[in-house]
Amino acid sequence: MILQALDLRIRYSPQGPLALDGVSCGIGPGELVAVVGPNGSGKTTLLRGMVGLAPLESGEVRLEGQPLGSWRRGDFARRVGVVSQREEMLYPLRVNEAVMLGRYASLGPLAPVSEEDRRQVEAALRRCDLWDFRTRRVSELSGGEWQRVRVARALAQVPAALLLDEPTTALDVRHEMEVFELIRQLVSEGLGAMVITHHMNLAARYATRMLVLSAGRTVAEGAPEDVFRREILEPVFQWPIAVVRWLDAAPQVVPLRPGEVVRE
Amino acid sequence: MIAAGCLVVGMLAGAVPLSPGELWRGIVDPSASSAEIIRNLRLPRVFLAFLVGGSLGVCGAALQALVRNPLAEPYLLGLSGGAGLGAVVAIGLKLASSWAVPVAAFAGALAAVALVYRLSQVEGRRLDPRVLLLAGVVVGAFATALMSAIIVLSDAVQLRNVFLWLLGGLSRSSWEALGIFLFYSIIPLGLLVLNARSLDLLVLGEETAHHLGSNVERTRITIYLTTALLTAAGVATCGIIGFVGLVVPHAVRRIWGPLHRTMLPFTFLVSGCFLVLADAVARTVVRPAELPVGIVTALIGVPVFAMLLRRTLA
Repeated sequence: MILQALDLRIRYSPQGPLALDGVSCGIGPGELVAVVGPNGSGKTTLLRGMVGLAPLESGEVRLEGQPLGSWRRGDFARRVGVVSQREEMLYPLRVNEAVMLGRYASLGPLAPVSEEDRRQVEAALRRCDLWDFRTRRVSELSGGEWQRVRVARALAQVPAALLLDEPTTALDVRHEMEVFELIRQLVSEGLGAMVITHHMNLAARYATRMLVLSAGRTVAEGAPEDVFRREILEPVFQWPIAVVRWLDAAPQVVPLRPGEVVRE
Repeated sequence: MIAAGCLVVGMLAGAVPLSPGELWRGIVDPSASSAEIIRNLRLPRVFLAFLVGGSLGVCGAALQALVRNPLAEPYLLGLSGGAGLGAVVAIGLKLASSWAVPVAAFAGALAAVALVYRLSQVEGRRLDPRVLLLAGVVVGAFATALMSAIIVLSDAVQLRNVFLWLLGGLSRSSWEALGIFLFYSIIPLGLLVLNARSLDLLVLGEETAHHLGSNVERTRITIYLTTALLTAAGVATCGIIGFVGLVVPHAVRRIWGPLHRTMLPFTFLVSGCFLVLADAVARTVVRPAELPVGIVTALIGVPVFAMLLRRTLA
């Protein structure tokens, strides 16, 4: 396990409800864990808890077996990269400058940019198909390109685990597929990844393991075919569904229209 | 080069205009007729203007990154007002020697920033950065009102002097004032430079900065403390000078880009020159009298503020 969350309980305000109620999640090398669930089910809260942004009421997060609290911020960032849900740029940097910010944890406060830093930035840019865009200002990029810049910046951290929160929201089919293909490729090279997504069907085709959250609790966890069951997903999403199989045998969810009946 | 040119212009201008030849003689020959003016008045004055201007500029740049708003600067965030109040209290109650006035100003600036921070939070949740700015202006206005009250109630002899000082003036410059400012500004300036990369990350937002490995809480405290101390040192030596930190970082970012490792040093240089030239204008337009330099910077800064405000709201 690279990053492991054990029985996390998180509450945003002292008297408020539990945003996360005893959820565990582990990310190992070569694993792609997809976290799905309705809005407000605690997906983002889980991610925030796993990177030390949300205070834990109980439970523990371990990175490489060591408790989160024993890691310095910079050392943590060199092992875990995060692409959060949204981000606005106040002053538009150039693409290569923006990706170079991913090297922050490896650079000291005054150290000049080294050959190694440049190499990693170039590798990340090429990886995300951004090399030709490197001198463009990020304000001139499309949504899909900007998203790739943010993934490239996380890759420039050279992390062992990458956590992505709805990385394909607002992307068209091609860019969405490109992001998932890229993640899958990185995972096949040994990276551990966690992807929060509403694209259940893509998740089922790419993920090695899935975690279904509902109201802050784990409802199901396992391989896509174990998790994609009508009796599991219908109560979670509160909508009738059918589960079918795609050509690659991945289970796919088809939401039903009122009155539709499917014989299995 | 340009900075040196500005310093020379700053030394030539004044109630008694000097020619470049007189300036040179005054510097190399202690017995020249211009030596007294140059050595004891003009030299410390332009150096002080340069350092204070540069410091206010980098304070503005750092605060803009911290609150993620290009309109932030020490004056508009209420730091200057708080520092002024602290200084006036210390002077009015005769609590402090001129070397200790910055400490009182620092306390005032910190109190102001804490109040601004508190006002801009509701139930621990941070509000729109624009609310922070509004809180800053309100706290600044309140501090100014208190200052005015203290000045009016204090004895008449000091009154006019303090009033002029408040408007921002370099007329009390001396080698001692320069020494006081240097003493209090070297460490915070160094800390700001050390935090240049952290500021780049803060501009991306606190969460992203955290993800990229920055200790956001530590950076934030460092920036608040250093800008408060720099502002306090500036206010204690030359009064309240607004808008330098608004105008210059904006221009520098456009020319040299927004990355702080390049942007902070250039901001320091350009802000320094800006204040030296503003002071040269302040000393010459109503010769033989002089305007407080804070009036000149406000006359330039307010239109720039209006322009930036329209752009950020658009």
